[in-house]
Amino acid sequence: MAFFSESSQLATEFADAFAVMTLRAGFNTALVVIGTTCLGVAAGVIGTFSLLRKRALMADALAHSALPGLALAFILGSLLGIGGKQLWLLLAGAAISGVLGVLIVQGISRTTRIQEDCAIAAVLSVFFGAGVVLLSIIQGMGTGEEGGLHHFIYGQTAAMTRGDALLTLMAAVATIMVCTLTFKEFRLICFDRGFAAATGWPISTIDFAMMAMVILITVVGLQSVGILLIVALLVIPPAGARFWTNRVSTMIPLAGCIGGVSGYLGSVASALLPGIPVGAVIVLVAGGVFFFSMIASPTRGLLGSTARHLWMRIRIAEDHLLRGIYERSEQMASSAEPHPGVYLDSLALTRHWNWLGRLLFLSWCRARGWIEIRRDKMKPEEAPDREEAPFGTILLLTPRGWEQAGRRVRNHRLWEEYLTTFTDVALSHVDYSADLVEHSLSPTIIAQLEASLATRKGAAWLLRKHRSIHPLDGTPETRASQPENHPDNIPPPSR
Amino acid sequence: MDSTIYQFIALDLPPLLAALFSAIACAILGSYLVLRRQSLLGDAISHSVLPGIVVAFLVTGSRSTIPIFIGAAVAGICSAFLIEVVRKFGNVDESAAMGVIFSTFFALGILTMEQAAARNVDLDPDCLLHGQLETIFWYPPNDWATFFSWSTLGSVPAEVYASAIAAFLVIGFVVVLWKELLISSFDPALCHALGFRSDLIHHTLMVLLACAVVASFKTVGSILVIALLVCPAATARLCTDRLGVHLILSVVFACVACSTGYITAAFGPQWLGYEQSVNVAGMIAVMSGVLLGGAACFAPRYGIVARRRTGRR
Repeated sequence: MAFFSESSQLATEFADAFAVMTLRAGFNTALVVIGTTCLGVAAGVIGTFSLLRKRALMADALAHSALPGLALAFILGSLLGIGGKQLWLLLAGAAISGVLGVLIVQGISRTTRIQEDCAIAAVLSVFFGAGVVLLSIIQGMGTGEEGGLHHFIYGQTAAMTRGDALLTLMAAVATIMVCTLTFKEFRLICFDRGFAAATGWPISTIDFAMMAMVILITVVGLQSVGILLIVALLVIPPAGARFWTNRVSTMIPLAGCIGGVSGYLGSVASALLPGIPVGAVIVLVAGGVFFFSMIASPTRGLLGSTARHLWMRIRIAEDHLLRGIYERSEQMASSAEPHPGVYLDSLALTRHWNWLGRLLFLSWCRARGWIEIRRDKMKPEEAPDREEAPFGTILLLTPRGWEQAGRRVRNHRLWEEYLTTFTDVALSHVDYSADLVEHSLSPTIIAQLEASLATRKGAAWLLRKHRSIHPLDGTPETRASQPENHPDNIPPPSR
Repeated sequence: MDSTIYQFIALDLPPLLAALFSAIACAILGSYLVLRRQSLLGDAISHSVLPGIVVAFLVTGSRSTIPIFIGAAVAGICSAFLIEVVRKFGNVDESAAMGVIFSTFFALGILTMEQAAARNVDLDPDCLLHGQLETIFWYPPNDWATFFSWSTLGSVPAEVYASAIAAFLVIGFVVVLWKELLISSFDPALCHALGFRSDLIHHTLMVLLACAVVASFKTVGSILVIALLVCPAATARLCTDRLGVHLILSVVFACVACSTGYITAAFGPQWLGYEQSVNVAGMIAVMSGVLLGGAACFAPRYGIVARRRTGRR
């Protein structure tokens, strides 16, 4: 029995939650949920512009400076005898003192040597302090209504009336409409103010319109999200959307969606659990989406960029190993004795891996079928007259490995040739300079490289087997290390 | 002992001392923040220590200073680290990164605090935000003969000690690392080239900032700490070009703001014939703002009036 009653209670709770979520739990609740959702969407949209305009924290100063205005409006309302909790009066007071705060920030940062960030911090704390003083005066007045003001600090939708919700909804819809209609102008002002001014746009009017939308959303949002957290609704959704796209026309709807989802979940949670501070839930949902985006976004997220970095490092290491073996084999091919492979230790002269990297990396290359690894069975004392000093692991290129190595070495040498022919890089520096670029050469660039070298040196040059233009053992630094009449010798550039 | 004097020592001296010590610590650290153009970092850290404090309070179940201090410092350092991560990978500018991190941390703090308050835990959100200077008082011996003894010293409220320790820690830090701080604040590139660890200096500054913020909690509250960090330092910035003078001036301005703010809040309403006293921490913030406004207008070289007169901008 206990189980049934428990489960039926659970079922009722679930039904309640479902009703709230699908807007069927009474007209007022539905209106509050819709209003807060639209507020989130509008905040995401206008927040995108203010983020791109690098004014993200101006909204913080604005919201904090609204507190003394709220308190003064409350006192004024009480003194006039119309009651302190007239919403229009409170919001008007909030808007006036918020704008005053923003103007002071701009005045300080323009006329004195104090930076804008410092001015923001100073203004928001001083105005908030004044607000706290006024709040304590209101508490002393004993009107019994002062609890209503605390909702503005932390945000509370549970106490919202139908009119409040409608106001929120209307402000949000108005903001979204203005942003849609003036999308071109706002985008222009965000990305290139100088160009906008030069082509005759009224930039200060557009700037003012943008700021007015931010003010509208901040003031209206004070009621549901609260003074302390409204800035989050303007900053986090755009910052989260930024991870997924480079286009502002995609970023705006995305930021609107993130803001809308946060607003929706926050207001639903508040309708179900009255004790929960809505602002905090909204901000935490938005923050969750932000961190998910930061980690999971394929182009710019942590996972994606880490994977790309790792892959690049592996490719670079492959290039280095294959080129090292190839060049060593080339050198040894000129000696009379046929060589079984390349000693790993002889590569250590130019390349170095730690033991773990060596273990992992060599197995990786073997798994790709490029190299074979053998152990030298001979002990040092058995072959004292061996010219190659090191003993131990021998690396052998497989036929596939030869093909890969040949291609990569050719890229390296093409680039070296390009650098010496066209850009006058010294021979002693060309190996290093080529190494900076060769790993990220795409087939298109290789084709261009070949084309431009072919026009300079003739088409037949491309078909030759290319030798390194600088000595590989690192001692003398001239082209003359190759015999003058060598068939692979490249003629000097004709100038 | 005279009863007026006793009342002053018991009711007004401890909050005043606590506020003064916090003001000294905050003003010195704030000077460096303003010079390094990181003043919003003070804002961010003072918001983000909230969840650390609440969690430490919920875990230990007590208001004792040390666990709360550790929790707050951990949260503050975490947020500074995350701001750095978001700034690097998020491709957003620094202020937006701060906005994301501190508001998320703050929301987390508010949510856990409300949950704790729902379970009748003795943790008032408003006290952490607005400060509770009024609740610090002291029962010293009511007799000059026994007043000057070691036991009296032991009965001084813990908040006064906490902020005094923070102040001395900050002063010691500045004295010991004077030239490192100087060079890393004014020329980070040269600092790096000369082999000083500017990142280490930065992190130490952050840790100290978290300490100072936590120590100032009881006195001025998390939001009004920002006023003490930024306003006196900005005021001093308008008055001088020398770092040493800057630090001394910012400490002086902070102390002036504290004492005038305290006196106005505690006694001002009574002089106007009004019964209730008003919030002290808020008044201190207002006074520091008044000083800043005065300096912005009338500072000798960089004030608006002086610039108008000399025709410079």
